[in-house]
Amino acid sequence: MCTYVTEKIAVEGSGKGAQGWFPLTHATAYVDHPVHAPYGHTVNIDFLAPERGPSARVAVELTEEAALELVGAITRALAAAPPGLAGRAQTTGASRGTSTSAG
Amino acid sequence: MEAGTITITGHNGDEIEAYLARPSGGQPYGSMVVIHHMPGYDAGTKEMVRRFAANGYAALCPNLYYREAPGADPDDAAAFARAHGGVPDEQLVGDVDGAARHLRGLPGATGKVGVIGHCSGGRQSFLAACSLELDAAVDCYGAFIVAEPPAGFPLAVQPLLGLAPRLACPLLGLFGADDTFPSPEETGKLAAELDRLGKPHEFHTYDGAGHAFFSVDRPAYRPEAAVDGWAKIFTFLDTHLGN
Repeated sequence: MCTYVTEKIAVEGSGKGAQGWFPLTHATAYVDHPVHAPYGHTVNIDFLAPERGPSARVAVELTEEAALELVGAITRALAAAPPGLAGRAQTTGASRGTSTSAG
Repeated sequence: MEAGTITITGHNGDEIEAYLARPSGGQPYGSMVVIHHMPGYDAGTKEMVRRFAANGYAALCPNLYYREAPGADPDDAAAFARAHGGVPDEQLVGDVDGAARHLRGLPGATGKVGVIGHCSGGRQSFLAACSLELDAAVDCYGAFIVAEPPAGFPLAVQPLLGLAPRLACPLLGLFGADDTFPSPEETGKLAAELDRLGKPHEFHTYDGAGHAFFSVDRPAYRPEAAVDGWAKIFTFLDTHLGN
């Protein structure tokens, strides 16, 4: 089936696609047919920069179990680092000048 | 046959890309509009287009994502279109209408045009058949024609059953008994409504098959159902498009 449901969020960061690295602006997550993974349905996550066109995309197609493990892994990795270390308010490495202070 | 990419005039007068295949040899032919599935204007869909030509029909698949993503890989285009909200029903109908008009104008065309779609395209095939003057329609496991979205399920599409009185051509429906979207219960309700309205239709539900059983390069492929389904498609088209 096609769920027609797409979770879309704004993101800050970078991704590496077919043309190399580029700044990301959005990410989407949806459960639907994969293009490549050998399953009927997968959790599909796209990291996007729409203003750079459709090909500015980093895509993954994960099983439900893998997607949930990924959520856990992200949460554990963040828990192991000081709060804010990778936050947008940091000054070190904020090279594009688009971050704003969270106060 | 001849096959290749052309430009057609779609909804709102937009020039969009489309993939055309048609028989060579000079015999008159009926035509099919092929609606690609949500994952895009891809190689598998183009194979289906050529299959129609190999069986004596012209077939034309409009790239529904061309406006947003001209020249992009099909999967990138599909993801891009999805992130921008997908294809509105009104635009889909306009693009199918543009494809049908192009097909009717081809040298050798009989003027009879049908429509087929799989998955999301199955729903859109029904939508087109209820919105345009066509001669035959094929719905392969299109969901959300009948079913209301479950509570808390934020669908961007609405059921189409209310359009059934406007269905203007015979409808062939091919479904899997193991599918849940559409479920056999849902397709049964559609059949009952078409019976009630006196709309000609022919539905087949295959045991041992689920969603997307026609997809030859996917794990959902079920050869027995797909082979029989293709045979039923061409029998149906030979009857209603007159080849």
